[in-house]
Amino acid sequence: MSEEENAFHHHARYRGDYPIVVEGLTNRFGEITVHEDLDLKVQRGEILGVVGGSGTGKSVLMRSIIGLQTPNAGDVRVFDKSIIEAEPDEEIGVRDRWGVLFQGGALFSTLTVGENVEVPLKQFYPEISDELRHEIARYKVLLSGLPEEAVSKYPSELSGGMKKRAGLARALALDPELLFLDEPTAGLDPIGAAAFDRLTRELKETLGLTVFLITHDLDTLHEICDRVAVLADRKVIAVDTVPNLMDLDHPWIQEYFNGPRGRAALTAQALDELRKHMDLPIAEHAVKALDNASSSKDKA
Amino acid sequence: MTGLAEYELHEGEGGAVLALTGPYLVSSIGAVDEDLRSLEGDIAQVDLSGVSEIDTVGAWMACHIATRHNATITGASERAQRLLGALEGMDSEEQIAAPRLPVWSRVPEAMGEKVFNARTGVYGVLSFLGSLILATWSLLRNPRRFRMVALVRQAELVGVSALPIIGLMSFLIGIVIAQQGAVQLAQFGAETLTINLVGRITLRELGVLMTAIMVAGRSGSAFAAQLGTMKLTEEVDAMRTIGIAPMEALVIPRIMAAVLMMPLLGFYASCMAIIGGAVIGDVILGIPFWTFLSRIQEVVPTYDLWVGLIKAPVFGLIIGLAGCYHGLQVRGNSEEVGIRTTMAVVSAIFAVIVLDAFFAVFFTELGWG
Ligand SMILES: Nc1ncnc2c1ncn2[C@@H]1O[C@H](COP(=O)(O)OP(=O)(O)O)[C@@H](O)[C@H]1O
Ligand SMILES: [Mg+2]
Repeated sequence: MSEEENAFHHHARYRGDYPIVVEGLTNRFGEITVHEDLDLKVQRGEILGVVGGSGTGKSVLMRSIIGLQTPNAGDVRVFDKSIIEAEPDEEIGVRDRWGVLFQGGALFSTLTVGENVEVPLKQFYPEISDELRHEIARYKVLLSGLPEEAVSKYPSELSGGMKKRAGLARALALDPELLFLDEPTAGLDPIGAAAFDRLTRELKETLGLTVFLITHDLDTLHEICDRVAVLADRKVIAVDTVPNLMDLDHPWIQEYFNGPRGRAALTAQALDELRKHMDLPIAEHAVKALDNASSSKDKA
Repeated sequence: MTGLAEYELHEGEGGAVLALTGPYLVSSIGAVDEDLRSLEGDIAQVDLSGVSEIDTVGAWMACHIATRHNATITGASERAQRLLGALEGMDSEEQIAAPRLPVWSRVPEAMGEKVFNARTGVYGVLSFLGSLILATWSLLRNPRRFRMVALVRQAELVGVSALPIIGLMSFLIGIVIAQQGAVQLAQFGAETLTINLVGRITLRELGVLMTAIMVAGRSGSAFAAQLGTMKLTEEVDAMRTIGIAPMEALVIPRIMAAVLMMPLLGFYASCMAIIGGAVIGDVILGIPFWTFLSRIQEVVPTYDLWVGLIKAPVFGLIIGLAGCYHGLQVRGNSEEVGIRTTMAVVSAIFAVIVLDAFFAVFFTELGWG
């Protein structure tokens, strides 16, 4: 391979079935075992929701997959390359193919939003001209649903929801194939959360992303997740579509999906579907009746 | 698989056709980016049919060329079309960097800001001292709100854990003073005065001064960095909303610890320096170790000890005040924590040295020369 070819070497998009494969993962902190013999496969092109009670190790699972946390045992392969065997900062040709949105946003506080988006571009592709890099940063910020003015603002000048979007813009900087989102809608108002969900879905479809999405938000699960992985008892106890999961006979899953909030989210979605598919006046009545019924049930 | 992004211009029906071939990805576009931007002449069509792979950056490039040359895009794959659609209306002229003034107005402005900051800084510290006094007063009336545990913890951090380093430093300083002093005094045959030199200079000046510099570096910086980080993560705001006054919970224990520990550390430092001097006296001057120590008692007036002990808590107050004040001034970003920590240490050491000069004159006038 010649020098020049090497400089502009690029990765072909991943064509296998499972961009993320986790096998026999075990994570311990001192006495506490967070994961034990955990297996998970993420399919290409899906949005995989990851749910589980607080402290069941969702964030730790994500950190293990992206190589920030060395597990005690097990293997993690991303794009068929083992993350475990690589040194923490070693270049193994996957870090430029994923984008990560951390729970707190983790924006660089001394840089503007635009400069934040430019950081990964400068790191991996210094040969790109300044002009093009600025343009890329600008459209990524707009693509993440932020207004134009946000480009030159500092993170401390943004609201919580805007920080999340700015973090998303940075995660998308390199046109990744894999996107990791850690509770992206936590702390957002319902309208903001719904907009973020829609954005995630749209981006997944236009950019052909595979999304690993940690969430607590039942609406998010119903609306945009293709499959959902449930973390409990130190393992992934089930990976399936939401309707299939609801039929499972596990106490935590039943509590989660069929508890009051789970049912509310389900009703909301059913109502949405009804509205979408029926324009007839009689359907309006049905919807109103259902609405009334569900709200009076909530009161009771 | 590796491949290169390439392009070719050829004549087609209706005008020039720019055919893009190969992968047009963020990872490969660097090779053709500048060339494509500087293309001259009319282009009627941008042909994407030879593009093997494309992402938003490639699509952006195609869009950019098409807009600039008023050309149409043809041969786009389904994915390319989707990306082109998503990028519609995403043009923006917004500056990436925060707006920055030109040099000729930036430099004077920065200068003026420095002057004003110096003034507001003085006001700020004074009003901080004022609110500290008020908070102390209200604590005195409600002593049950006093945080003993926090005070003990800070006293440990400021005082006890500083013992090894301050001890070593003072011991070495004692050695240097005694050795250099002896060399000079020997010229007058007055080697025995080395005892006076070591005893008086360490108890009166150096013991406390060096300790203050060490405490400013160790603890003043720690105060500023910790409070600054707490400010950034909104911990300070959280305390306020719970009804805990940061003054009481954070500032007073730290400043009290500094005020209480400074005299102890200063006295300890002086002792260690005298021991260092006595060791040198024994080894070089032939004055026995214990004789050196007992002579100290005779040649050093008691008021020298008082001078040191009176200065120490004042220095402690200055160090604690500077650390806490600058820590609580942090806002915005992590860089600010660094800036404020530096300012806390520099201003504390500077103020300590200036005040030390005043004290020297003051005590001499008092007849404690
Ligand atoms: N660095 C760490 N040291 C010790 N324990 C940790 C560490 N990180 C996470 N844990 C523990 O691992 C468990 C899972 O944490 P986490 O993955 O953050 O939970 P969540 O599912 O809410 O994201 C928790 O019990 C937490 O206390
Ligand atoms: Mg978490």
